[in-house]
Amino acid sequence: MIGRLFLLLLACLAVAAGALMVGPVEVPLREVLNAIQGKADPTAQTIVMGLRLPRVILAALVGAGLALSGAVFQALLRNPLAEPYVLGVSSGAALGAVTAIVFGMTIGSVVALPFSAFGGAVLAVFLVLAMAGGRGRGLDTRVLLLSGVVIGAFFNAIILLIINFADVETFRAAFLWIMGSFSGASPEAALTLSIYLVPAVLGLTLLARPLNLLSVGEQSAFHLGVDVRRFKLVLYVATSLVVGVCVAGAGAIGFVGLVVPHGLRLIGGSDHRWLLPACAISGAMFMVAADTVARTVVAPAELPVGVVTALIGVPVFLWLLVRNEEFR
Amino acid sequence: MTAVFDLKGVSFRYPSGRREVLEDIALEVAPGALFSILGPNGSGKSTLLQVMLGELAAPTGSIEFGGRPIRQWSRRAIARQVAFVPQGEPLAFPLTVRQLVEMGRFPHVGVLGRSGPADEAAVLRAMERAGVQKLADRSINTLSGGERQRARIARALAQEPSTLVLDEPTAALDLHYEMETFELMRELATESGFTVVLATHNLNLAARYASNLLLLSEGRIQATGDPASVLTHETLERVYRWPVVVTPHPGPGSDAGAPQVLPLSRPD
Repeated sequence: MIGRLFLLLLACLAVAAGALMVGPVEVPLREVLNAIQGKADPTAQTIVMGLRLPRVILAALVGAGLALSGAVFQALLRNPLAEPYVLGVSSGAALGAVTAIVFGMTIGSVVALPFSAFGGAVLAVFLVLAMAGGRGRGLDTRVLLLSGVVIGAFFNAIILLIINFADVETFRAAFLWIMGSFSGASPEAALTLSIYLVPAVLGLTLLARPLNLLSVGEQSAFHLGVDVRRFKLVLYVATSLVVGVCVAGAGAIGFVGLVVPHGLRLIGGSDHRWLLPACAISGAMFMVAADTVARTVVAPAELPVGVVTALIGVPVFLWLLVRNEEFR
Repeated sequence: MTAVFDLKGVSFRYPSGRREVLEDIALEVAPGALFSILGPNGSGKSTLLQVMLGELAAPTGSIEFGGRPIRQWSRRAIARQVAFVPQGEPLAFPLTVRQLVEMGRFPHVGVLGRSGPADEAAVLRAMERAGVQKLADRSINTLSGGERQRARIARALAQEPSTLVLDEPTAALDLHYEMETFELMRELATESGFTVVLATHNLNLAARYASNLLLLSEGRIQATGDPASVLTHETLERVYRWPVVVTPHPGPGSDAGAPQVLPLSRPD
């Protein structure tokens, strides 16, 4: 397990190095390494350290957070299709973030933006659970997914409604929140996110063992010694915080939490002691790669990174959906 | 000796329900007993198990495990004493048998602990005892119903409890697995000092293997005691609303004389 994680980490570093190299100005690997040590020529120094590295770090953090929260949602809901974006949680967080921006809290704000996004995420989780689990015991997969999609659409409609009343500049910024983008990356943004995400990701990784039990079933987890109610509350709050912070940093980027855990389950199984750290590493790698594609493929223009992840994620989602139906 | 389970005046109804699912239940399970809970569909067997184990909170009556109110036990402490085998567990994600059985060590290892050689040994012993050691690295999804059930029993044994509680452990199992399960339960109770509580629909096997029976209908105890006093013609016809004859098992061995229930065809 440690060996596999180490290989993933190496792959992640290789992808990050690649991301630092490519762009409108190609920077060779040696110059990238020089720049990291502060010894490159001024142009390369600015491009690598000032522009690309903050963006790579931001993408890595958000990718790690979203992939991890996808895996946790899947275990909590015992559904391989659960994912922050599909469940409408990302849209809830985006609504929180947009509300904060419209009410004049600045984009770089360390506290207001992540926390209003967190509030939106909590609201979405609450609504989805109330709709899907309201009438009886157990969550119906179809109702759960429908609720998530419908609630997500509703939040997006409110976002569009709100930003219609905003000025053009806010409109443009807020619109990016709906599809997700790292174009606003800065060292400050990367730092802000890491303050929240690093402890949350590490903390969630430590909960792998009880999460294993929960992924088998709440009744079994209870009788195996897990305080299910308290544990679920901790997990929902922590994942909502992670999603909120990720969305506050880069907008609602979909399907990362679906594609990454699914791929890793195929490689190494569903034991969360492996899956959670692997999700953090591979989520970072996936997002850095997706963002690199997003900013280079139609250069000099730039795609929202959410377009890239959706183009990869939707086929995976559909494939999982069909396969899941066969199971039942 | 303190009873393992001691229930007095326990009633329960679901928040949305109109009627009591359990009404004024009193029972005592002695250490080393093989205690079987019987009753028609919807009679409250599963609910009684859930209430006994503290999964559902009963508003009235007292429920003690080992002389202490069940809801006062911490989750991990009670899970080191009592293991529960649920009726079925649809797995959303593929797991191997070994991974499932290892989960039984959670009450001993905890959230942040690391499992050691003692845990590994307990997992192996449990898999051997339940007869799934050859299946250890197979995915649960590829197992038959009987094999899955044995994997769940192995997980319960890995908890190294003193008491096993099983909810219809042989539902949907064929004759072979059903007999094997009952044999294992008797072995655990008589040779290894386990206390076993199980809910079942199989009156005849309960009559042969259990030391105590409790017959439930519409949430009330209809009869309780040894098999001969519970499985009587009158009680069974009233509870199951079907004509039956009760006849002694022809033997051989310890089965001889155990009351066996034969349902009759509908009278013309």
